[in-house]
Amino acid sequence: MMVRPQSRAAAVATHGVLMLGAAIMLLPFLWMVLASLTPQSEIFSGALLPHPSLAGAVENYGTAMTRIPLLRFMVNGVVVCLAIVLLQIAIAIPCGYALAKLSFPGRAWLMAAVLLGLLVPVQIPTIPVYIALAKAGLLDSYGALVLPWIISVFAIFLFRQFFVTFPDEILDAARLDGFSEFSIAWRIILPTAWPAIAAFSIFSVVAHWNDLYWPLVVVTDPDLMTPALGIAYFRQLGEGAGQVGALMAGGVVVTAPMVVLFLAMQKHFVRGLVIGRH
Amino acid sequence: MAALAGPALSRPEAPMPSWTVHAAQRRAAMALTAPATLLLVALLLGPAMLVLVLSFTNASLGLGGMTFVGLGNYARMLTDPGFATSLRNTALYVAIVVPASIGLGLAAAILIERVSVFGSFYRAAYFLPVAATLVALSTAWEAILHPSFGLANMALGLVGIGPIRFLSDPATALYTLAGIGIWQLVGFNMILFLAGLSSIPEELYEAAAIDGADRGLKRFLLVTWPMLAPVTLFATVMTIIRGFSVFETVVVLTEGGPMRSTTVILYTFYEEGFRYFRAGYASAIAVSFFLFVTTLSLLQMRLAEPRRTRNGGAAS
Repeated sequence: MMVRPQSRAAAVATHGVLMLGAAIMLLPFLWMVLASLTPQSEIFSGALLPHPSLAGAVENYGTAMTRIPLLRFMVNGVVVCLAIVLLQIAIAIPCGYALAKLSFPGRAWLMAAVLLGLLVPVQIPTIPVYIALAKAGLLDSYGALVLPWIISVFAIFLFRQFFVTFPDEILDAARLDGFSEFSIAWRIILPTAWPAIAAFSIFSVVAHWNDLYWPLVVVTDPDLMTPALGIAYFRQLGEGAGQVGALMAGGVVVTAPMVVLFLAMQKHFVRGLVIGRH
Repeated sequence: MAALAGPALSRPEAPMPSWTVHAAQRRAAMALTAPATLLLVALLLGPAMLVLVLSFTNASLGLGGMTFVGLGNYARMLTDPGFATSLRNTALYVAIVVPASIGLGLAAAILIERVSVFGSFYRAAYFLPVAATLVALSTAWEAILHPSFGLANMALGLVGIGPIRFLSDPATALYTLAGIGIWQLVGFNMILFLAGLSSIPEELYEAAAIDGADRGLKRFLLVTWPMLAPVTLFATVMTIIRGFSVFETVVVLTEGGPMRSTTVILYTFYEEGFRYFRAGYASAIAVSFFLFVTTLSLLQMRLAEPRRTRNGGAAS
């Protein structure tokens, strides 16, 4: 829209600046991939960038798979992120629908509570939640990783905003046809909510896949570590032991799903991360 | 908050054919909202209230008893040199990361809007760090910044600048973390500004051109910058909150060192709460953190509301 004819020199300068910026943004990704494919002894050999080889790849990815339960981290990440996002959506959608379309006593209070919840940074409630989990003997379990996050005020707010514009006539017609409020929520409202569900799911999965804080607090057993915590743990194990190549291999494995997800669903992805508050 | 709640409260009630339907709908609504309400209280608002209560006690994780100490924890916070250092480091980190990532994000957005090719490549490249696993990419930065073998010091060596111990020198460690923070947040702000730029009506630029502001800085100051004000405000508040919440890079790369030069508020909270198990003191830190972030969020809502209506009026 605001593209004006540029002189050739101005266009070259613009691309020059943007390319330099892009190179800096992509440098750690490039370095991580190259180092993960380079034999440990050659990574810091004085060349500006590591020189990959098949032997290096075998060595580093082999070490990463055997020194730490890397595949286990990935499975943990998938289980934890899926459990969290499915429960968040299952709990938030009915609530969002009721807040948007039904009148019931306490609705204004519930809405106020949701908005209040939006203001609370995620780390605030973690001390009492940790104490409760410890008392229940749930530390070092999937439960500890998943339970505290299954309520998302952000999801409730997002779905409520999304449902508010849904035409009331259709809902009334459905009620006259004998639909219960439950079947309206799940069979009429839900199918229209896919854009909101997609954006929220991506926000949630990315946040919990990448989160270090909470897994660090509740998990010490390597078999229960999520990808981000697993890499932090591997780094500490290998400190001073010269395992940079293997560490980078681990980094590539845990980062790849996020990068692939991003490249495959850029639009939803950007929307999800920008609407997300944390 | 009131402005957000407005539409919900003022929306006309849905037509209710009869009182039985009405009662049935009420029961359904209670059932639909019950799980969320329960969990909201049990996992979020209840614990948040408890944190407030704990902040007035000397509670300790693992130990049974606790006594009320009034404002003792808050008084300690004000006199604790460790906390003062942590607060100072956080403030410095925010003061660097916020203007830099907003300025660079805006510059990237303006330049990307002007190019006719590679636009989507630039967009993806700049946004990638927002999506990537920061813990993993931090270890890549650590290797690149290695004091003797890292790429950064090799490049600096070529222009005659002696090796910098980026992460192990107390004089540079916090700035290095801030650099990584900027790298991670530029793309986020770029996306916000790109959305803001695309919503500026073309007629405004045409009108500015008639007034002689047809290019460059004049045009930017007369049209682009004022029209971006709501986006800039939103981006600023979001970036301040994210900057204030810096945690991963500190845990992974420096553990608050060297010589406490990179302790930040969330790291101090984590250490006090989950390493030294001082639940009472950690809760007081959490309450201060909450107050800071809430003040900012409310300020943003207050500032954003009148501005949005003013712009709406100007655009129509």
